[in-house]
Parts: sequence; structure tokens; C-alpha cells
Amino acid sequence: MAKSKKLPAGRRDFLKSVVAGAATLAAAPAEASPAQPVEERPSPAMPLMPPMIESDPPADAEVLTLDRSGSDFMVDIIKSLGIEYVCSVAGSSFRALHESVINYGGNKDPEFISCCHEESSVAMGHGYAKIEGKPLCIFAHGTVGLQHAAMAIYNAYCDRVPVYIVIGNNLDATKRDSAYGEWPHSVQDAAAMVRDYVKWDDAPISLSHFAESAVRAYKIAMTPPMAPVLLVADSELQENPIPADAALHIPKLTLAAPPQGDSGSVAEAARMLVQAQNPLIVVDRYARTQAGIDLLVELAETLQAPVIDQAGRMNFPTRHPLNQSSRRGAVVANADVIMGLEATDFWNALNTMHDQVNRTSRPIMKSDAKLISITTGDLYTKANYQDFYRYTGVDLAMAADAEATLPSLIEETKRLITADRKQALKDRGAKLASAHDRALEQARTDATYAWDASPVSTGRLCAEVWNQIKNEDWSLVSILRHFSWWPLRLWPFEKQYQYIGTQGGGGIGYNAPASIGAALANKKHGRFSVSIQDDGDLLFAPAVLWTAAHHRIPILSVMHNNRAYHEELMHVQRMANRHNRGIDRAGIGTTFEDPTMDFAKLAQSMGVYAEGPITDPNEVAPALRRAIAVVKRGEPALLDVVTQPR
Amino acid sequence: MKTFRGYRFAVALALAIALYFGSAHVRPMDAAQESKSSDTPSGNAENGKKIFNKNGCYECHGREGQGSTMTGPRIAPDPVPFDVLSRYLRKPTGEMPPYTAKVISDQELADIYAFLQSRPHPPTAKASPLLK
Repeated sequence: MAKSKKLPAGRRDFLKSVVAGAATLAAAPAEASPAQPVEERPSPAMPLMPPMIESDPPADAEVLTLDRSGSDFMVDIIKSLGIEYVCSVAGSSFRALHESVINYGGNKDPEFISCCHEESSVAMGHGYAKIEGKPLCIFAHGTVGLQHAAMAIYNAYCDRVPVYIVIGNNLDATKRDSAYGEWPHSVQDAAAMVRDYVKWDDAPISLSHFAESAVRAYKIAMTPPMAPVLLVADSELQENPIPADAALHIPKLTLAAPPQGDSGSVAEAARMLVQAQNPLIVVDRYARTQAGIDLLVELAETLQAPVIDQAGRMNFPTRHPLNQSSRRGAVVANADVIMGLEATDFWNALNTMHDQVNRTSRPIMKSDAKLISITTGDLYTKANYQDFYRYTGVDLAMAADAEATLPSLIEETKRLITADRKQALKDRGAKLASAHDRALEQARTDATYAWDASPVSTGRLCAEVWNQIKNEDWSLVSILRHFSWWPLRLWPFEKQYQYIGTQGGGGIGYNAPASIGAALANKKHGRFSVSIQDDGDLLFAPAVLWTAAHHRIPILSVMHNNRAYHEELMHVQRMANRHNRGIDRAGIGTTFEDPTMDFAKLAQSMGVYAEGPITDPNEVAPALRRAIAVVKRGEPALLDVVTQPR
Repeated sequence: MKTFRGYRFAVALALAIALYFGSAHVRPMDAAQESKSSDTPSGNAENGKKIFNKNGCYECHGREGQGSTMTGPRIAPDPVPFDVLSRYLRKPTGEMPPYTAKVISDQELADIYAFLQSRPHPPTAKASPLLK
């Protein structure tokens, strides 16, 4: 292989030689190629742009500065949408947008939030939207950045949460600079990779086109069922000057009113519910606002009907006597009319699946129970990814937004309840209230077991955290499933921002960034954000802790550190048992032992106050008090508590 | 790592266990009163603890047998009678994976049972200011 002995004198010459070499390669047979441009690249130690005067300046003077570029107008549009933050890992394909945000836009509304992984950027947007009810913006490379972001986009999509993504791309092949890696960072159809799990995308070719698509994208993302949207911001469009005669205009944004169930179906649903002996309401991703929670309380109290909350959102107060979520089997089996409100997996609420060698399922509801569903899920279903769950044959289906439909359903229900019916409803409600109280007492008793154990029991940890935050305006910003749902069993949740549901797509790596994104939203409201942080989840992209420290995002992260991907450990254990050939090796590939990890040091290395590992339950409360003092100063704090598995 | 299926498993498991202990089967606390009448073999609690952790029992039931609503019921203190536990362990009817005699011997099972019996009783919820 021939090697050039002499490097070009300047960057321009170097690039010329690369282009010439590439042209030669394209024109000549491979064996005749005289030059190997790759060999001529400057070494890492050599300056990319040597500080010397170019010997052959172009005949026409180059334009070196400009007053206003397309990216400035893009920032005008983003501002017009009321977007408060841009979460992003810096990237060359959107360098103009980046610079326009921080300089032209004054780095305020939106403010640039420095992230260290695109998965964290999107998950922060996911958590933020669940608190704030609107999206923030994500910037990313159209190729490698979007690839990093993909799983988090999928989570947000499955969770029906709006995230507003803008990616950079270099569509014009003649303008790509190899020195910056722009060829592998360019793509014909950037959104193709995630099109299965974004609601809408576009690649505008002019600034006017960008304006229309940007406003359209926001409107689509915010119309239930909400979901991520994606826009491609071409580099040329970002960086070229805005023509002097350009008549740019930002279209008016008017969000679409969510669709309500039709009056005939609402009347029929009300009739079925009022006539039922034991109606039941199942909710999952139902409440979009506090008003949604209040409406559900009103409906449940009007009917004196139990509510099963599948915990996709903060839907119904946990201490309300009609909250029967911990009694699912009993109330489902007893119901004769069951209404699902945005019940994403309605089938799973009504049936059980048996995970043995032969998978079987059986209903737990009565065979003649009537089913009603109100869901925007019926308005929007895609084919490839199977997040639509098992089909449920219902008797009455409304393809509508449940929260928007409830006012008319409540009104119709009240109209149908006669005076003599009210006493029967009251008696039903009293029985349910009694059952609710017993369930709460059972939860408290359950929490006492392993109270003094080391590692710390999850029930004890939950009680300790509550005891320290109960007088704050708290917001629990984490998933709870791995934590045995303890807070939902023990704490009095009432407000919409006190719980943000799950990750949607089941992708791990969501919790840490989403909780910090939610805490970012809570910051301006002065709320106290607290997260139960799984160890396995934090390992995916722990540098989001630095983002929290850098941007002074106050959040108390209490680790549920069971030193394993514990759910996977149980799965492998199940297989080992099933195959009957040894049951003591399931920890291979699933546990974090030998050595264990020091999450306190990890957090400290990123500027976050941290303590741990804490293994003695009696040390939890004092550590919590110290950490809470830090959070109240406006900073993040992390306690690494080594816990029981679940 | 991606745990969606596990979620379904856990929900189904919790329900199955609730049905198991809530209907025709014996509740853990009630079972303690019956345990004296069953034929309980003697076992080594210390060895039982090792087996309990080594062979994965703790994964679903916790290291103290305290259980979880998501994975497996409480099995200590006051475990169900030995013969009930043994029968269920060998041939479970719910979501629990089977532990055959090939992977846990009868003596090892007796040791585990002794460990479960040795677990201390917790304070009552009313006695704890944190649970009021």
C-alpha cells in the first residue's frame, strides 16, 4: 500500500486531496488506485486547522459572517410554542440551532440543558411532560444521536407522552465535510428508524415549510393520544442566511379539543352503569390533568363504584374509600358492568396468564359481565410494535378521550339515579369503604415484616422516606413496580403531580433521566421531588446525575439497590427450575456482585451529594434528613440504600 | 433487561398467589396453628438460610421470607404446615416455578423450613410511628 510522505499544507488543500482521492477511487479500478486519502489524515496531535494564512484564497471573497441564519428563525418558532427547555447532547449537525438557542434566544425559554446521552435527553422530556402536561424539545444528531435516543422515544410512544424532537441532518451530499464525519452522520430518511414509534415526522426543505411543520408537529403531539413527534432540521437550512426578501411567518397554534364520546353512547354507558348491581371502573392512562382526577372521583362517588387503578397515571386518590386497587381479583370477580377508561391493557385487568410450560389464561370476571371502554387507543393503532395489547371484546366502545367524556357521562349518570336507588348505592359504598380500610391496614402490617432486616426491606424504606417528606409539597417522580408499589399502598396520593406512572415500553434506563426531567418541571413550582431509583436502571446512563448537578435540579433519589437486574434474575431462575438441571446459577449475568458497585461514589464524582451504601435500616432516617437539607438548597442528592429484592 | 413481559408475569403471579392464599388454601397466619399437627421433619435453620439464598427462594419471597405483592407471598414467620409447603413446592399450581427433589432434597427442604420458622416476629404496625 502506497503511503504519501507529505501532508497538505493547509486544511483546504487537505480537503482537496481527499476529494481528489475519492474521485480517483471512484473512476479507476481498485488495484490502480494510486492514493489512499485515509492515510493522509492528520494525526490526532496535529491541529485540524493549522494557524497559517492560506496561500490560495478563493477569487471571490468568502462570506464570513451573517446577521441572521435559518436557525434563528427556528428558535423563534420554538419560542412561540412555549417550549421551556431543550435537552441535548451537543452535535455538529445542529450546531447552528444550538448556538441560536444560547445566543440569539438568550438561553431562556428554551434553556439548553446539557445532557450526556440522547436516551437521557428524551427520557428527561418524558418525565417533564408528565408533570408539566406539555413537551420540552430534544436536539440530536439525525443518525447516531437518534440511534441513542430510540429506546427512550419508544418508551414515550408506548406511554402516549408528547416529546418534541428536532434532529440535524446534512441532506445535500455536496455540502458534507468529511473532516467532521458528516457523511456517516447523514441519512436519506432520518426519521425512518423511529417512524414506527413517533406519531408524526417531517423533513422540511424551506424555512416556511419548517414553520408550518413545527407548529403542526406540536399540535399533533398534544392531541390525545399524545405521542412523540420528530422534525428534521437540515444543516443548510439551519446555517444559511435568511434571505433579505424572505417573508417568514409563524402559523398560529391552536390545540385540538380532545374527542368526546358521542351522546348516544354516553347515555347507554350511563344506563348500564346505573342499572348494574356491581359496576367497576378500571383506569390506566386516564387522567391528563387534576380536573381528570376530580371528575373520576365525582363519577365514582355518584355511582359508589369501586375503582381499580392500573397506575399508568395519577388517576384516583389512593386513600379514597372507593379505591380498591389492591383488591382487583375480588372486585373484578364481583362486577357485572366494567368500564375501562384509557385502560391500555384492559384484557390483563380481567384475565390472568399462567407462565408455566404451557401458557394458559383464564378470565377472572363473570362470563356475562358487560364491558364498556372509552379510550383514544381506538383512534390510533400501528401494526409493527405490539403495544396495543390483547384484544378485548367489549359491549360498548367509545373511541374518545375518557377525561373529556366524563363530564357528560357524570351528568347523564346523575340524571338516571333515582332516589330509591341512592340508598342501595350508599350501602354498596359503605361496604367498599370498609374493605378499603382493611386493605390499608393489611398494607401496614405487610410493611412490618423484615422491618429490622439488612439489607433494608422495601416496606421499611418506603415508611422511612414518607416520614421525612410528608410535610413537603412532594412529587414522587419514579416508577414503583420494582418497589412492590409500596408508596401507592401506604402514602396518600391526591394531586396530579404526585405520581407520574411507568415508563410505557418497559425499557430500562428510563427512571433516572425521567425522574430528573420531572424534577426539572417541578422546580419552578417549588415542589419537593423524590425518586425511588433502581440500581440497574441507573447503570444505563448514570451521567444524567451530572446534568442534575450542573443545572441545579433539586431531587432526592433514594436507591432501591438490590444489586441485580432482579426481574431478569427471577426469569432465569424460572427457566432453571423448569429445566430441572440446577437452580443455583441464575445469578450469572443478572447480579452485580464481586465487586458490588458504589453508587454514592458514582454520584459524588458527578457533583451530586451522596451517601451510602446504607445497609442498616436504622441509618436510613438520619441520612434522609441530611440529603433532604441538600435538596432544599436546590441541589440533587442521592442515598444508596442496599435493599431487599422487592 | 427489557421487562415488559416480566411485568405481566408479576401481576399474574400476584393475583395467582392472592387467589391461592385467599380462597381454598391455607393462610400463612392460620397455618401456624396447624403446623404442630403436621409431620414436620427436623432441620438445620443455619443451613436452611444458606439454601434459601443460594437456590433463589429469596428472589421472590425476600431474604426474610417477608414476601412481596409483586413476586411471592410472605412465607415467614409462621410458615404454612410443612406438608403443604412441600406439596406446593414440588408441584405448584400457581405461578411459582417447581422445585423438584432433584434440585432440592427433602432434607434441604426441612432445613429451609427450619429457617422460616426461626424468623422473628416483627413489631405490630400500630407500634410503629412510621406506619400510622
